[in-house]
Amino acid sequence: MPTFNDILIMVPEFYLVAAACVLLLADAFLPANQRGVTLHWASIFVLIAGIYLVVAHQPAGTVTAFNGMFIRDGVAEILKVFALLCTILVFIYARPYLSDRKLLVGEFYTLMIFAVIGVMLLVSAGNLIMVYLGLELLTLSSYALVALNRDSKLSSEAAIKYFVLGALASGMLLYGISMVYGATGTLDLVQLHDAIPHSSMPHLLVFGLIFMIIGIAFKLGAAPFHMWIPDVYQGAPTAVTVFIGSAPKLAAFGMAFRLLAIGMGGYVQHWQPMLAALAVLSLAIGNLVAIVQTNLKRLLAYSTISHMGYLLLGLVNAGPEGYSSAMFYAISYALMSTAAFGVILALSRAGFECEEIDDFKGLNQRSPWMAFMMLLCMFSLAGVPPLFGFFAKLLVLQAAIHAGMMWLAIVGAVFAIIGLYYYLHVVKVMYFDKPVEGTEVRLQPDFTLRIALSLNALVLLVLGVYWGPLLGWCKQAFVG
Amino acid sequence: MFNHLLSLLIWLPVAGAVPVLLAGSDRPNLARWLSLLVAILTFAVSLFLIPQYNGDTGGMQLAESHVWIAALNVHYALAVDGISVALILLTTFVGILVIIGAWEVIQDKPHQYMAAMLVLEGLMIGVFCATDALLFYVFFEAMLIPMFILIGIWGGPRRVYATLKFFIYTFMGSIFMLIGLIYLYLKAGTFDLHTLATLPLTLQEQSWLFFAFLIAFAVKVPMVPVHTWLPDAHVEAPTGGSVVLAAVMLKIGGYGFLRFSLPIVPDASAHFAWLVILLSLIAVVYIGYVALVQEDMKKLVAYSSVAHMGFVTLGIFIAFMLVREQGNTDAARLGMQGAMVQMISHGFVSGAMFSCIGVLYDRMHTRLIKDYGGVINVMPWFGFFYVLFAMANCGLPGTSGFVGEFMVILASFSANPWIALFAAFTLIIGAAYTLWLVKRVLWGEVTNSHVAEMKDINGRETLVLGAFAALVLIIGVWPEPLTHLMDSSVTQLVQLLAIHKV
Repeated sequence: MPTFNDILIMVPEFYLVAAACVLLLADAFLPANQRGVTLHWASIFVLIAGIYLVVAHQPAGTVTAFNGMFIRDGVAEILKVFALLCTILVFIYARPYLSDRKLLVGEFYTLMIFAVIGVMLLVSAGNLIMVYLGLELLTLSSYALVALNRDSKLSSEAAIKYFVLGALASGMLLYGISMVYGATGTLDLVQLHDAIPHSSMPHLLVFGLIFMIIGIAFKLGAAPFHMWIPDVYQGAPTAVTVFIGSAPKLAAFGMAFRLLAIGMGGYVQHWQPMLAALAVLSLAIGNLVAIVQTNLKRLLAYSTISHMGYLLLGLVNAGPEGYSSAMFYAISYALMSTAAFGVILALSRAGFECEEIDDFKGLNQRSPWMAFMMLLCMFSLAGVPPLFGFFAKLLVLQAAIHAGMMWLAIVGAVFAIIGLYYYLHVVKVMYFDKPVEGTEVRLQPDFTLRIALSLNALVLLVLGVYWGPLLGWCKQAFVG
Repeated sequence: MFNHLLSLLIWLPVAGAVPVLLAGSDRPNLARWLSLLVAILTFAVSLFLIPQYNGDTGGMQLAESHVWIAALNVHYALAVDGISVALILLTTFVGILVIIGAWEVIQDKPHQYMAAMLVLEGLMIGVFCATDALLFYVFFEAMLIPMFILIGIWGGPRRVYATLKFFIYTFMGSIFMLIGLIYLYLKAGTFDLHTLATLPLTLQEQSWLFFAFLIAFAVKVPMVPVHTWLPDAHVEAPTGGSVVLAAVMLKIGGYGFLRFSLPIVPDASAHFAWLVILLSLIAVVYIGYVALVQEDMKKLVAYSSVAHMGFVTLGIFIAFMLVREQGNTDAARLGMQGAMVQMISHGFVSGAMFSCIGVLYDRMHTRLIKDYGGVINVMPWFGFFYVLFAMANCGLPGTSGFVGEFMVILASFSANPWIALFAAFTLIIGAAYTLWLVKRVLWGEVTNSHVAEMKDINGRETLVLGAFAALVLIIGVWPEPLTHLMDSSVTQLVQLLAIHKV
């Protein structure tokens, strides 16, 4: 029987579910002229209160609820805070874009909040069933969000592709879970960890592990399970892409940590080389294919694939140091990608998607501030100091070297050089090219968007100089 | 103020860039005056280094250290020795001249140009002060961003190609150094350069690290065969960019050898000294010939920079040969000292040469030698400066170019007369390409009608060239203050060479 204490531990999640239901009802009953504004600010308020609940009642150490189904620890706390934070930014960036296209509907807000609840459950999962439930809540909401613009062929195609491949990956994951259950007789991650050495069917366990890694790689978007990323990033409305590039990446890291580090911790020797192979493939495919892209959203999609390769470099270390560096990387990537897509959103307007790289030609002459924000994002993504992205790369490279995988770090370094080219290309287009005659840049007039976007991009510089506390926080989460 | 003198020097220009940027494109004159004010203030502050730094005792002085990232034991640690002081003074001095030089020339977004210059200046000073390897790396890489922008926006027709090449080349070199630094950190638990210098390492480890450092700094110096970005970057960069690149940025490569290769991997450096010496001699001789056939003035000076920087690397690594094989520390000191003087002198001479080419380019909008001829007839004052710098470039006694090269050749002679012979080739080849350049540009009849319309240098240009000329002559006839400033630091470096780590 669930006790009152169980419910108390899960207060942030319960609260968000209730709030999402209230927002859904409000959407139905509010008069049409007040609906947009009210829902927007109410959703933002709901998420801010969610952050407060996550942080304020954080118990010391690790606590579990519902017989180990739900874990509340430092890792979950950090991932939840940044997932909620990114979603707030997404709400702010998305509003002008969506209202220009008459897509600003109540479903957007409720689906997003449900997706975030999925993220929160996933990163707190203590049980294989919970992993699956959280994942499905997140992905089902995402499928619908990608298809938000139902009249667009591109969006519908992306949504179908996402759904089919996503369902396949979920099936793989579930299949893997069933094998692991068959081999050990338990679904609880901690018990699973203890049961692995005594299992009489080690081969079945390895098979299960392989299927679980496929599921994880798909959710991360690591090559060779990356096929959906470019189409979904490009096809989805940019307001949705910005979400898919941020909070779900944090969730995917959380899922990998829970499944591999906690559940399958006894099989490090098996999953370590698999992750190393995924990392090399992601770095290669992501960086090489990104070079030839002409669409910025697609370019950022391939850059995501390569960044997931770097994140895997941290996971390969398979120690507290590696996990904290991978989490640091996931956070830095979420912030960078939110800012980069935010710039695209800020420059798009009704009837014009500012998403081709050529649309950024001469941006420095038209809007020096936006160009500077994008410059920060690009140099941060490329990993040039003193920006945030450099230190994230430094940490994962260090984790890989510490794990004795010098070759992997060198591969990461080589692909960082290759990746540099296409980020520099975007800066080149903005700063060195002349603007195309007859076009103009019109910034979204939304004041909150400009402030939030500026803060988001400047944070990349600030955290580049002052990243110690965040690193300390991440390291703390993995101690003990 | 003196407790944080170095921090002030780094952050004053960086912070000064913000109001310059805010002045905006609507008020270009405000931006210009503000940036000049910041540059002069920075130079004034840097002058305090001279009384504050005790040249007799040497060692790292004016140290500042704060914990930056406790979790990684990274410190914001700064300190300077005599070599750093000299290079910082060079940086702040050149910083003023490039801003004056760009006064009227840069009409497109001057506020951004000036701001990028100031940020660049601050970051370069940071490189010369950092005593924490990670902090050094951050400054070392961060300065690529303003330089990338400077070449890319205000450069010549092929600026995009040149600036991408510059950025990717340098980044490629340094990322392997980063891996080396991480390796060292995992061994020593710190990025502190002083601790790393005492870390015992096997010869195999040292060799890997040596090549990681070599590729980073060889690209920066640049050494043959990774010098190919330099002619492109120089040709396409705006005059100010070329001046900073040649005068200061190349020195960071040489400086890096002193701070990383010498103390951290001394045995591998001694082991592979022959390689660096060979590459330096190739730079001096072969690149000298390459310079001879150039048709573009900037390219010619760029190649001559590669040749002159060959003396810097030669001087540093010949010292290894002298100390390790002959125990001749006096000659080693001479070589090292010569390399340092050559760094400073080349800073002035190449900066001045590029400023001169900038003066011509602003009038004719061409850098091809064949478009000129007989310039002395219409621009006598300009001719005076041009010939002076050309003489310094070929190492005429009495100019700063002579001092460093002579010291390095002397030291090489003690090590091996053959090395000295090849190094001395520069006196012939350098004279050949420089004098031939002067002959074709300055002397002769005015054959081009555009040349006939050129006006002699104005007050602003005279100020820039005059300042360069004064320093070239002062160091040429009276190098003692400069050598005294660096002497004890050089002696300490030479002592480090003799320490075996394995």
